[in-house]
Amino acid sequence: MTGAMDGAQHAAAAGNRPSLDEMAGMFGRMVLVRRMEEELGRLHREGRTRGPIHRCDGQEAAGIGATAVLRPSDTVTSTHRGHAHYIGKGLDPRRVIAEIFGRATGYGGGRAGHMLIADAGHGMLGGNAIIGAGLAIAVGHALAHQAHGKGDVAMCFFGDGAAQNGLCHEAMNMAGLWRLPVVFVCEHNQYGLTVHARHQSAIADLADRARGYAMPGLIVDGNDAVEMYRAADAAVRRARAGDGPSFIEAKTYRLEGFSTSDMGGYQPAEEIAEWRGRDPIRRLRARLLPELGASRVTQLEEDATAALDAALAKALADPLPAADAPWPEYAEAN
Amino acid sequence: MARMRYAEALRETLRQEMLRDPNVVLYGEDIGIYGGVFKVTRGLQQEFGDRRVRDTPISEAAMAGMTVGAAMAGLRPVLEIMYADFLPLILDTLANQASALPGIWPGQITLPLVIRTQGGGGAGAGAQHSKSFDGLMAHIPGLKVVSPATPADAKALLTAAIRDPNPVIVLEHKLLYNMSDEVPEGDAPGEIGRAHVLRPGRDVTILANSRMVHEALRAAERLADEDGISAEVIDLRTLRPLDSATILASVRRTARAVVVNEDWRTGGFGAEVSAMIAEEAFEYLDAPVCRIGTRDRPIPYSQPLEAAALPDAAAIVAGVRAMAMRGAR
Repeated sequence: MTGAMDGAQHAAAAGNRPSLDEMAGMFGRMVLVRRMEEELGRLHREGRTRGPIHRCDGQEAAGIGATAVLRPSDTVTSTHRGHAHYIGKGLDPRRVIAEIFGRATGYGGGRAGHMLIADAGHGMLGGNAIIGAGLAIAVGHALAHQAHGKGDVAMCFFGDGAAQNGLCHEAMNMAGLWRLPVVFVCEHNQYGLTVHARHQSAIADLADRARGYAMPGLIVDGNDAVEMYRAADAAVRRARAGDGPSFIEAKTYRLEGFSTSDMGGYQPAEEIAEWRGRDPIRRLRARLLPELGASRVTQLEEDATAALDAALAKALADPLPAADAPWPEYAEAN
Repeated sequence: MARMRYAEALRETLRQEMLRDPNVVLYGEDIGIYGGVFKVTRGLQQEFGDRRVRDTPISEAAMAGMTVGAAMAGLRPVLEIMYADFLPLILDTLANQASALPGIWPGQITLPLVIRTQGGGGAGAGAQHSKSFDGLMAHIPGLKVVSPATPADAKALLTAAIRDPNPVIVLEHKLLYNMSDEVPEGDAPGEIGRAHVLRPGRDVTILANSRMVHEALRAAERLADEDGISAEVIDLRTLRPLDSATILASVRRTARAVVVNEDWRTGGFGAEVSAMIAEEAFEYLDAPVCRIGTRDRPIPYSQPLEAAALPDAAAIVAGVRAMAMRGAR
């Protein structure tokens, strides 16, 4: 995809394939994220969560596959639906869940909540609950990476809803204009809140816009973790080499509603069933089975599930923050 | 000491800080080749290159967001927003990102960014290029807001702003850019959060910022000459965090306070200062606090209409005289 300035391409991504070890690692992280989402759903139904939670069931391959090519000093901006991005970037599931439950041990000490998780040590900067805000912030990260000249890359996750925001145009134009090291990953999950993309966007393939920003656009099966890895690998290499930004459009689907507050009724049952048939975890599992054998794959699933369950148990046992803990308005100068 | 214009003091400060720290970068519209609409960045792109002094597209919302991103990833960006009237275009980033993220991500990031803008009326620039949004900016926790009234303070407060680990809004004034005055040598930063008593007085405290400081000084002169009233004039310099101690010490002595500000009067910055005085020094007051601001209307273009909408020395004098009629003296 390097150098190509034509419209979006549906062709297979040209980046490197993940190694078998990398695929196994991605599989384990995807299983862990799915388990997290299902457990959060259960705890919500039991009345044990606070505020809306935006689950990413069905979108795990996009977040896990794309982040698998990053290094810790690369930065990621996430969305309000960032659980796969957090785990993909290496955050500790216990501290992620602790933040979701407002615990003192969470990444924000309970101040941030699940939509706004950040961990500077892993370059996760960070979730955002203002649709489209991360696009501009990622351009800023890329400006800093370019200025510092260490080859770091900014990866920006956003949705098909954010793509209709003015910030998306402004940010992508500046990224293309200045050839910034940023990879825009659009998780096109078909719905902006409850409204289908066909009622929000003048075009179906958002990556077609890439040409207007002098960057390559690639449409990827967002439910295929290997294809996501390859597309991200090519885009990140391009960015590291100083050749500028890329636009990856991951076609995917949100299986579990906008948030735990979603009353439903707008997604046709047959549409949901069709996308369940393309479940990204089942597909990666099918790829791994002949390579690793059933017992090894089952072991990966059991390990991931056990890791999540242990993290959840610890997080739920963690203390809530003290209401009178100091909170200075300003940072002190060094 | 060197005598220089307010705009030159700002330019010298930007240059001084860019030489001092390679992470200081400038973003803004027309700031490069053209040197800024008010020529504050003249020559800096030639000296530092187009990556450290970037001409941006006319994309205020994303400019502000990218300034936040650049700051959290290790730069010290200074963004120029050409007119304060355009601050609403970046209000989302200020209120939802710059204000929020350092607080809810404790210990993870700092946002050492500066947003320079200029506001104020009196230049015939019309309803969309003449406003002040002092109150809107000072409303937002986590931001610091400075408002230099002199060339010396332009340098001192911008130096402090660039070195500060927090987001700082620098509110300049279009009618001050050509003002010349003495500016100290050296690169010592001023103290953000410290007001200055410019003229001591006994009978009334006039609290002002930016161009209104000079109107307040003129008013104090007239009150002394024509009414025998001794007015103390305080230049607030910083709107957030406000130097309540200096304000209250003065008001407790004079027992009368006038707050002069170019914001719209209703819900403007003067309302905050006035409320603070009422809460902290009510029992010392001989009269209600007097607020003087821009009239609640779009700032008009035509000279007599504009002059009637904006606060000035005459309005301050009238305010003090009306106040003198009230309460014990």
